[in-house]
Amino acid sequence: MPKAESKAGPVVPVHLWERLRKTVLALVLPVTLVCLWQLAGNDGAIAGGALPTPDRVWAAWMKWAFGTSTFGLNPYIGTWTQSLWFSAGRVVYGFAIAIAVGVPIGMIIGWSKLASSMIDPTIQWLRPVPITAWLPISIAIFGIRDFGAVFLITIGAFYPIVINTTQGTRDVDKNWIRAALMMGAGQRDVLTRVVLPAALPSIFTGLRIGLGIAWTAVIVSEMVAVKSGLGYVLWDAYYVGRMDIVIADMVSIGLMGFMSDLLIVSIEIWALRWRRLQSFDA
Amino acid sequence: MISFSKVSKVYGGAQGVRALEQVDFTVAEGEFVALLGPSGCGKSTLLNLVAGFEKLTEGQMLFHGQAVSRPGPDRGVVFQEASLLPWLTVWDNVVFGPKVQGLMRNEYEPRAHDILKIVGLEAFHKALPVQLSGGMRQRVGIARALVMQPKALLMDEPFGALDAQTRLSMQQLLLEVWQRLKTTVLFVTHDIDEAILLADRVCVMTARPGRIIKEIPIDLRRPRSIDDLTNSEFTHFKAQIMAEMRGAHDLH
Repeated sequence: MPKAESKAGPVVPVHLWERLRKTVLALVLPVTLVCLWQLAGNDGAIAGGALPTPDRVWAAWMKWAFGTSTFGLNPYIGTWTQSLWFSAGRVVYGFAIAIAVGVPIGMIIGWSKLASSMIDPTIQWLRPVPITAWLPISIAIFGIRDFGAVFLITIGAFYPIVINTTQGTRDVDKNWIRAALMMGAGQRDVLTRVVLPAALPSIFTGLRIGLGIAWTAVIVSEMVAVKSGLGYVLWDAYYVGRMDIVIADMVSIGLMGFMSDLLIVSIEIWALRWRRLQSFDA
Repeated sequence: MISFSKVSKVYGGAQGVRALEQVDFTVAEGEFVALLGPSGCGKSTLLNLVAGFEKLTEGQMLFHGQAVSRPGPDRGVVFQEASLLPWLTVWDNVVFGPKVQGLMRNEYEPRAHDILKIVGLEAFHKALPVQLSGGMRQRVGIARALVMQPKALLMDEPFGALDAQTRLSMQQLLLEVWQRLKTTVLFVTHDIDEAILLADRVCVMTARPGRIIKEIPIDLRRPRSIDDLTNSEFTHFKAQIMAEMRGAHDLH
């Protein structure tokens, strides 16, 4: 069958080469920076000992991550995973609340002119208040406890989610709504079966921005208001002069933010399959 | 079945644009009526009033003896760009209406299959709208309106965005479908040939203010086909309508 033969590609599919090429290109800059940093160091430290070199950071990180826990005697051995889960858990919790509150409110504001005039101004007034300014209130209400961090994450992630959902709802093609009404859909069906899917691209934009802010919020609140997680370790390690842990912690935060964004993007690609086909068409 | 008496529609307050001015107009049960006119003559506005998408400013409009307050499945609308829901497959677009109306599966599924067969898309029921050509998309648009078994089909320049060849085949399809179902149709177009070919009656409209200036019964024999486009009777109607439209234009 000559047809089948012509379909068979080279031994390694082209898109794999393309991915490999992209990964290599993406690694050039960070690897160069790390090498320069290493070379700038003298005797394992730069800036008069304030900053450790990458090899030291790596060693400390490995101990922090895989060392046998000393049951509190040394907080920087074998506790990395635990800190990671504390922070990630709070992000998931706070972010989930922000979605559960932000998406419906955004849809209501975008859908109803009345709701827009009543709710939107308040949100716009509160929005310029940075999450750090919410810290005292958060501590006053929730104390030095888990929910203080969750509260801050929810507030931080809420604004981009609500604003992008509002925009997405307002931009829905009017004829889609008319078509649904014509087919006998009630308001509820129009919102869940037409407006929500139509606004999804915009909602996902809000989710990605919101998730970035959620990671900022968790670190800030853990530095001040909670006694666990990557943010707490970051500040605590600084106090006891463990700059190697500080840097390993920073890299860990970046990695977590990057991975969680990747997760959202994968969900987005899956949920908006119909849109990817559209771009092939165009 | 559809009746307008002294209906006016004004956009944007008392000094606004008078899209429709004192329109009197009726459509009988089972009749195929074409609204023909230049853009801005209010023909789409008239259709939107029947559909319940817009509200009239003055006068009275009745559908089956009742004032229209909102859109509903008794008036199936076919939009110019099909306006299918792009995240739903052909099948899900077609059964959207029966589903949200809460009909039983075994009630609407056989009908949806039949209608997809009639419009020639039974092989594409799993495709997404973006994977279809413009003509096929409009077939889905017609199917999703017909599956609700509407009392009237309201079509707003449904073939206006298609290329000439596709438009002919869609006109042929619509003639065949109508011959089978005999649904009441209100068809908006700016294409004279299309209006004569499809309709029992052509209502010629003018712009500013929008009104119907002439109603011309088209008594070409049925069933018709696109071959009728070239016969002498057809040409006679075309000459008559063109004269009307030119006359209306000269008045301005």
